[in-house]
Formats: sequence, C-alpha cells, structure tokens
Amino acid sequence: MTDKDLQVQEKQELQTKSESTRNVPIFVPAVDIYESENELTLLADMPGVPIGNVDIDLNDDQLTIRGTAPEQEQSGTALLREYSVGDYYRQFTVSSAIDREKIVASMKDGVLKLVLPKAEAAKPRKIEVKTA
Amino acid sequence: MAIIRYPSFTEWRNPLLEMERLRKEMDRLFVDAMGRGPAALASGVFPALNVFEDADKLYVQAELPGFKSDDIDISVEKNTLSLRGERKSEDVANVSYHRRERRTGKFHKALTLPYDVNAESVEAHFKDGVLKLVLPKAEHAKPKKISIKAE
Repeated sequence: MTDKDLQVQEKQELQTKSESTRNVPIFVPAVDIYESENELTLLADMPGVPIGNVDIDLNDDQLTIRGTAPEQEQSGTALLREYSVGDYYRQFTVSSAIDREKIVASMKDGVLKLVLPKAEAAKPRKIEVKTA
Repeated sequence: MAIIRYPSFTEWRNPLLEMERLRKEMDRLFVDAMGRGPAALASGVFPALNVFEDADKLYVQAELPGFKSDDIDISVEKNTLSLRGERKSEDVANVSYHRRERRTGKFHKALTLPYDVNAESVEAHFKDGVLKLVLPKAEHAKPKKISIKAE
C-alpha cells in the first residue's frame, strides 16, 4: 500500500443552505474513523489549522468538527493556484454512547486526532455460556 | 515521476484533457470575477501547489497534512524545484475501520519555476501540515531598474 502514488484529492466544498458570515470556502476534511473495543478514534486532515482554532462539539449523538484557517497574509502576485485555503467543517452521528468527560483531542502536522472513549454501559460485555 | 512545466499551455497530448482544462479555465474566468473559485490550472499531480512572487522572491506552498518533515525531500537546481515525499500508512491493529478517506503513499513532483533561483538560500518551513518555501530569485533574474538620464 505504501508503494502507491498519491493522487490529488480535490478539496470538497461543504454543501449547505446556510451561508457563513466569513467569505472563505468551507471544506469537508478527509477522515479516518476506526473503532476498537474501548474507543472510537477519528483522524481528520485539516492542514493550516493550528490547534487553537479547532472546535469540537458533541451534542447528544451529533459530533461537529470545525477548523478555522487563520487569515493568509501572502504577499505578491499569484502565479499558480492549485488549491484554495479555507475553513473545515464536518458533522457525524455517533452511534455508540460516548463518555464525553474523557474525550481527548490533539493536533499534529495538520491532522486532528480525536479519541472518543465509549461509555461503560456501551462496552461489550462478555457473557459466559454455561454448559448444562 | 511527473514534471510540470510552468506554464504548461503547449501540451496537446490528450484532447479530452485539454477540453477539460479549457472548461476549468473558463470556470476560473467566470468565478474569479466574483472573488473566488475552483483551483485554476491545476496540474492534477500531488501535491497541489500555490506559487506567488514578489520583486525578488518566489513563494511555493503545499498542503501536506500528516507528513513528517523528515519524509519530505526538497531539491532545487537552477529553475527546477523538485518535491518528494511519502505519507506512511498508520495501520492500527485490532480495530474495525468505519471510514478510510485519508490517502497514503508516495509522491514526486517537479516544477519549472519562471526564474532561476538562488539554491543556496532557499528556506523551507513546515507548520500545521503546510509546507512553505521561500526561494530568492537569482541575481541575474531580478528585475533591473533603468534610470532615465535627463539631458
């Protein structure tokens, strides 16, 4: 898998009825989500967003991730523009019960890592089958 | 390996691609008038680059989330900038994946810059997954001011 050549994934703009007040595009970040026995982990590519500009909200089972790109102060004239810079926004419905007190978020090299531990009640319980 | 000439207008290898490029170019003309639009003239080779210039420097930027600065290789020769890198897959054992949208793999992109640059003093910064290169133009590529003598 590592031998594969990377392809450009065109940044997908968010389709929404309500407009944002800032005139910057809003993109849908690419994510990986995986589940283990005890937790749900989410990785989201949000290049250009510093840790302080990330907003995470869990309302009932609605998980919202928001990343704000800082204002770009690039001087000079543009010769080539292959990507545009903007904010990131994505919403998920989280099915299993999450222990919201223990959510850990970290950001490294433009990748947000969100660890959502499952609530005790939602963890699988092993039930022993007794032979009669 | 992919080599991108700047600007790459003269290539007619694939008429369909050329039509697509023209369509994008038209999109750009229409949308740019309103302030912003889809990325124009994109070469389709990873990573997408933004290039800016001022009087004596060129600025090249790329979004490389999840890359380590050790995994990015930058080299400059005269007016050719070449970028290589790899994002390694971080497979986690004993989990079930719900979504896998983040791609992993290698890239190699070469860009012909519009000017020769001073390779000795190129600066590269990598922060929050964004690579920013500052390439000072070579002395002979800088614009020369010509003064008018009064007679």
